[in-house]
Amino acid sequence: MNISPDYFASPSDPDTLLRLGHRLGLAADAEGLLDVAYTTIDSPVGTLLLAATPKGLVRVAYGIENHDRVLDTLAQRLSPRVLRAPKRLDPAARELDEYFSRQRRVFDLPLDLSLSKGFRQLVQRHLPEIGYGQTRTYKQVAELVGNPKAVRAVGTACATNPLPVVVPCHRVLPASGAPGGYVGGPDAKRALLSLEAAA
Amino acid sequence: MKQPFEKVVEQHGGTVLRVCRVLLGAHDAEDAWSETFLSAMRAYPELPDNANAEAWLVTIAHRKAIDVLRARKRQPVPVGEVPESPTALGVPGAGDGDGDLWQAVGALPEKQRQAVAYHYVAGLAYAEIAEILGGTTDAARRAAADGVKNLRKNYPGATTEGAPS
Repeated sequence: MNISPDYFASPSDPDTLLRLGHRLGLAADAEGLLDVAYTTIDSPVGTLLLAATPKGLVRVAYGIENHDRVLDTLAQRLSPRVLRAPKRLDPAARELDEYFSRQRRVFDLPLDLSLSKGFRQLVQRHLPEIGYGQTRTYKQVAELVGNPKAVRAVGTACATNPLPVVVPCHRVLPASGAPGGYVGGPDAKRALLSLEAAA
Repeated sequence: MKQPFEKVVEQHGGTVLRVCRVLLGAHDAEDAWSETFLSAMRAYPELPDNANAEAWLVTIAHRKAIDVLRARKRQPVPVGEVPESPTALGVPGAGDGDGDLWQAVGALPEKQRQAVAYHYVAGLAYAEIAEILGGTTDAARRAAADGVKNLRKNYPGATTEGAPS
């Protein structure tokens, strides 16, 4: 028998570590150390990463955005105190679940828009005014935010929306009627639009 | 660039658990693990980017284990349950290793047990261990060697084959 790290391991270590990790998330939250809590949920548009600060939901990320990279960015831009701690995301996970099963049309969640600044944040604040099942063109949104010439900047604001699905940038389309670009890819955008159209 | 703390837990959680187990036994190891990572999370933003995260975590675990051992000494143990060994290293429950080895580890003097944990379980260099224990690199190397010698004596199955040098 070697005195090696393995010798002091136990077959139940993975379970123990899961349990301890869960406990750490709760304790860190209680101590005010949980700057960013995250979890992942399954959805009809793939696995979504949800992250929240104590202020509110701060990030919804599609799989194609690369969740590891998203977490690295959150650690850099917000705080490295990032833990998988699903509890804080329970309300968001529930509302998204209701949305995807067509039982919810409006999200009622505290949001933390600190990942976007200036004009982009202004656009993102206005996007929820586009109702469920409706669409607007980039130009109409530019008019909505009082800057009719900023069509391109509206496009950028939609493309950099840190809270897709919840902040409905999928409801903004090019004037051509084509789906246009989307942070989750064109298929995800079409899926959300047809989900809302069918309701 | 600092990685998310979750990655630190993923990468080092297992090692810290095993170190705590060697220092304290299975029962108190989980509490020491929790205290270690909670403290680490508090201090994490100030940790230099190029720091050795594992050595840092083991240093915190070392202090937490000392706190647990001190608290244990203050708590009177019912007569009849006093172990012959100087520590109350709990024999882990079924499936958690070999009771004889645990007893042998628990019987080691504190410094030897720490040196064995930090070198053979955490894989730290003796210079890093010396910083944690205080004292010289040679003293750390000696404590680990004495610890292994004692383990071999009390638990003849133990060898250090394949362990980091």
